[in-house]
Amino acid sequence: MTVLVGFLPTAEGEAAFRAGIDEAKRRGESLTLVNSPRAGAPVTTSQADEASLAALVAAASEAGVELVVRQDPHEDDLAGTVLAIADEVDASVIVIGLRHRSVVGKLLMGSSAQRLLLDSTRPVLAVKP
Amino acid sequence: MDFAPVIDGFGVVLQPENLLFCLIGVTVGMLIGVLPGLGPAATVAILLPITLTVEPVTAIIMLAGIFYGAQYGGTITSVLLRLPGEASSVVTVFDGYAMARQGRAGAALGIAAIGSFVGGTIAIIGLTFFAPLVASFALDFGPPEYTILALLGILLVASVGSGTLVKALIAAGIGLLLATIGRDGFTGSERFTFDVLQLSDGIDFVPIAMGVFGLGEILYNLEDRNNNTKAPTKVTKVLPSKAEIKQSSGAIGRGSVIGFFLGILPGGGAVLSSLAAYAYEKKCSKNPERFGQGAIEGVAAPESANNAAATSSFIPLLTLGIPANATIAVIYGALLIQGVTPGPQLVEDNPDIFWGVVNSMYIGNVFLLIMSIPLIGIFVKILQVRAAILAPITVLITLIGAYTIANSVFDIFLVCLFGAIGYLMKKVGLEPGPLVLAFVLGVLLETALRRSLILFGGDPTGFIGRPISGTLVAILVAVIAFPLIAKLWKSKTKQKELV
Repeated sequence: MTVLVGFLPTAEGEAAFRAGIDEAKRRGESLTLVNSPRAGAPVTTSQADEASLAALVAAASEAGVELVVRQDPHEDDLAGTVLAIADEVDASVIVIGLRHRSVVGKLLMGSSAQRLLLDSTRPVLAVKP
Repeated sequence: MDFAPVIDGFGVVLQPENLLFCLIGVTVGMLIGVLPGLGPAATVAILLPITLTVEPVTAIIMLAGIFYGAQYGGTITSVLLRLPGEASSVVTVFDGYAMARQGRAGAALGIAAIGSFVGGTIAIIGLTFFAPLVASFALDFGPPEYTILALLGILLVASVGSGTLVKALIAAGIGLLLATIGRDGFTGSERFTFDVLQLSDGIDFVPIAMGVFGLGEILYNLEDRNNNTKAPTKVTKVLPSKAEIKQSSGAIGRGSVIGFFLGILPGGGAVLSSLAAYAYEKKCSKNPERFGQGAIEGVAAPESANNAAATSSFIPLLTLGIPANATIAVIYGALLIQGVTPGPQLVEDNPDIFWGVVNSMYIGNVFLLIMSIPLIGIFVKILQVRAAILAPITVLITLIGAYTIANSVFDIFLVCLFGAIGYLMKKVGLEPGPLVLAFVLGVLLETALRRSLILFGGDPTGFIGRPISGTLVAILVAVIAFPLIAKLWKSKTKQKELV
């Protein structure tokens, strides 16, 4: 069993990572970090660069938590990709960061967080920065 | 030299409409340069229909802006992402990306902008003095000279283009065959028309260019759309330091000169010149081991060279009516649509077009220098657009454009057909450039060849008898023979080494 963190290089992502570290310590489990970049374009802001990943690894080892980083890309279905990874690693809990998205915004663009919360059969811990 | 038409040319450029289209052209060119895969030839082909609604000179000013603007745009992705946006920016990757990794991305982009400006400007000055000279010389050219020139153009494009010689010749052969479709201009008999009414006028150049370059490249790029996703690089401090400018000033000068001369050669153009400038800079450097480790000369030289070459490749088009590379071939097509035949008479008959286009490049280069650096952030944003969104839009624009040129649905089918051909050619490693160039030159070649044979009474030795065409034949023979001799020489020396 492992704690799964959905990570983006944003304030929400950082909050999810910190909550994930705490959760992994409490449960005495390892931490799996998923940073799934959106494929199909030459550049994506959803991908964490090497420097920030190195900082995450350093922070995890300081906290004494074993960290596995995965960067499986997704094309349309971020929630599905994260849930598939959760099944694969048999996650005990999924930690995600939440940002505010308006009703209209949700209608137009959808919300990966909402889909994760509704579709997941595992416990989901949602945190805000 | 009479400078009055040169000054009048500035009058043409400074008209608000022309300034606007120059700005649009340069901006679009940079945008396209940023997008990997979509090259200047494709862009010019896709945007051809837009130019129908404006004056010829305005149209060419815009298309030229796209061409040299793209040379700079390609640099941005080379430096920031190790992803050359254009073939001519491939060598910039070596030192440009190394500089970006050292946190000097801004300096690399800044020196590339300065180098592009200097290279472009030097080439325009060369063009201003050199082109009328060539044109006045070419006024004496008759059909036999044009026959040999067209042959020479096709051969040079095939031999110095990327990829193997055989594959380039195959592509050129297909292009020549396509050029024969339609009613024979001399006898009126139908050739390869299969009783299809729309084919009896021959295939128009535009559907071929739009299909092979536009649709074909989009299809091909969709294949690897999921590769190479990267995190964005942050750009700080764009202006290079005084020491860096001093260090690269020699490289910019040498690169510009190399680019200017290689750009004139048929088939040379921006790609070859950037390679040559980089190689030369590495060779004459005091410490060549710095190259590839973030040497600023390694960015400055090829970037100056490719812009100089993009500019000087207009010389054979505007003076001889012979396109030197694929993009210029598409611009040649645009001129023909506008009812302007590029050739030696252009300077005399349409001085406003000739000098308008040439002088627009000064203005365009200033635009490029001013806009390139502040817009880098926007360009990087554009790279975040996914192919799944970008490709369908581009295809739609292409097909609508193909229809609007002649209001013909048949043209849409032709574009789709040539799109499929272009895709398959890329799949098997055939470059579409030689095909399009051979198609354009094929029409010229056939008419010129048959006219000269009528002139000579059917005697092919007539080509050697005339002084200019005889010289050109000698050059032609040298172009064919030189690689063969070089090959033989190599294998001979190798054998000696083995003994």
